[in-house]
Order: sequence, then C-alpha cells, then structure tokens
Amino acid sequence: MYGWIFRHLPGPLWFRIVTAVLFIAVAILVLMQFVFPWLSQFNPLNDSTIGGNATP
Amino acid sequence: MARSPDPTDAAVGVDELFTDEKAPGERAGRRSKQRNAQRHRQGFFRTIVQILGELLITAGVVLLLFIAWELWWTNIDANNAQQHAISAFAKEFQGPVAPVNSGAEPKDFGPPVVMADIDSPGKVFGVVYIPRFGATYSRPLVDGVAREQLDTLGLGRYATSTMPGGIGNFAVAGHRQTHGAVLDAIDSLVPGDKIYVQTKDGYYTYVFRNNQIVLPTRADVLLPVPTEAGAVPTERFMTMTSCNPRFGSEERIIAYSLLESWQPASAGPPAAIAAQVAANSSKG
Repeated sequence: MYGWIFRHLPGPLWFRIVTAVLFIAVAILVLMQFVFPWLSQFNPLNDSTIGGNATP
Repeated sequence: MARSPDPTDAAVGVDELFTDEKAPGERAGRRSKQRNAQRHRQGFFRTIVQILGELLITAGVVLLLFIAWELWWTNIDANNAQQHAISAFAKEFQGPVAPVNSGAEPKDFGPPVVMADIDSPGKVFGVVYIPRFGATYSRPLVDGVAREQLDTLGLGRYATSTMPGGIGNFAVAGHRQTHGAVLDAIDSLVPGDKIYVQTKDGYYTYVFRNNQIVLPTRADVLLPVPTEAGAVPTERFMTMTSCNPRFGSEERIIAYSLLESWQPASAGPPAAIAAQVAANSSKG
C-alpha cells in the first residue's frame, strides 16, 4: 500500500522522498493536535479526581 | 519487525518500501520492472494480506506515538501553559516579592483572610509551592477539576471545597502522570513538610499531616472534616488528591495538611519560598 502510494507520487526520486516525509509530518501533526487529545479522555491514567465532578 | 502469519508476504512489502527509498535512480527503473512482473503473479489474496499487514504496522506505530505523546509531550505542553499562567498571576500580584523584616520573630497576623468563592472554572487564582517537590516547584492553582483545567493548568480546586485558608476543607486535584505530572512526588511528602499557597491576599502555610490511599469512589475525603460525615469543621484542612499507583488509576492517593500560619501579601512571602516567588515575578 505504502509502496504503491510512493510509486504514484509525481516527480523525481528526491522530490517523492520530500513529499513522503511531508505527508508523514502532516499525519503526525494531525494526530498530535486532534486525535490524541480526543483519545486521551478514554485513558484512565488521567483520572486524578475523587468520585467524579458532581460529588459533594 | 512484527511477525506476520506468512513471513514472505511481509518481507516483500518491507523490501519494496526500502528499495523505493534507498535505490539510486537508474537501478530503480530496472527494479520496478521486475517488481511489476512480480506483482502480476501475485494474487488478489496476497495484495489484501499485504495491505492488512501494513495497516497493522501503522496502527502499532500510531499507538507508540500516542504513548510518547501522552507520557512525554503532554508534560512539555502543560509545563509551558503553567509557566505562562504563573507569570500572568505574578504580574497581577500586588505586594513585595522579598520577605519583609525577615529574621524577626514570625508575626501573628490574626485569622487568615479568605477569598470569596470565585466559582469561575478555569480562572487561575493562586500558586502552590511545595519545597519537598523541588526548590523551584510552583504550580498554578486553578478553579475547577474538569479535564480542561487539570490537563493544562496544574492543581484544580474542587468547586465544593473552601477557598485557601478557610475553615473546612480546601481540596485540590492534580495529575500524577501526564499533563505536567504536578503531583508525581505526592508520596514523598513527610509529615511536617510545608505547602505554601499564594493568592492575591497573601500566603497560607499548610503543614502536611498524613496520606491515605483510597478507592476512587471515596468522595468523603473532600468533606469539610475529611472522611467524617456531618462533623462541624473547626480546623482548616487542605486535601490533595491524585492517581495511585503511578502509571495506574485503580486507587487515589490523598494527602492531608493543616493550616499552620498566614501572612498577608504586604508582609512578603515566607523565607522558604521567597526566591521562587521572586523568580516567578521576574519571568513575567
């Protein structure tokens, strides 16, 4: 799959490598900015409160 | 490398990746011809397995990235945000940042002034200093214990608890790991350790008494007299809650402290934290 994508990128080899690195960078950025913060709410490691927020 | 059910399939996929990136230009042409011929021989099933394998490897890499983000990056992010919050608080703070007439006998300033309940989640209204956690340990004190507050702004005050210095229970929560790990060293407190809370009114000195490990459902640790339902408070408690064990959340670790003394902002900070108070205000 990744091989197929890489072969279908335009331009010479160096340009395709640059494009691929760029794609990977964008993917990591999207993951860190949006996906991971959302995923983090399901991580029980982050619960440091007692009895939820609505408790007396 | 991860083992796939059919090692040859995985090997082909990985080889293709590497030859594509590493082979010099002229060899790449011949290789790709060979590869095309090979691909025609490959059946539909092989292609599916190959794609599936690559997706699984991708999922593994993404999970590793998530762990790195959670355990490492969130701390960098939160530490920056907290540094900014402390600077902003220090800029608004009125009063000397050096101890006034240090060396003299500790003066008694009477009963502590207690802020009116601010009830505005997200507002940073103080700074907490705990020398046991390091000489430079200072973390913002924010109103509220929702994820938005604890994940970026350090120690959150339970909205149902009193304000610092008040009779009853002043309760805060903080992360043990991730998002700044503000209470990572909570288990290292020794009875007698000082916990300093700075608000716009002054400095409240709490003394650590004991800790307790409880189940996450034990909301009675937040009662005005911790764990004693219906008791009328006469003392000024501070309760800190965090995850226990480290890297787990099956339990909560609770640290109880009692107010020892108070001094107004005009009297300057207690000598033990004066250096850090000054450092925080100069960073602003």
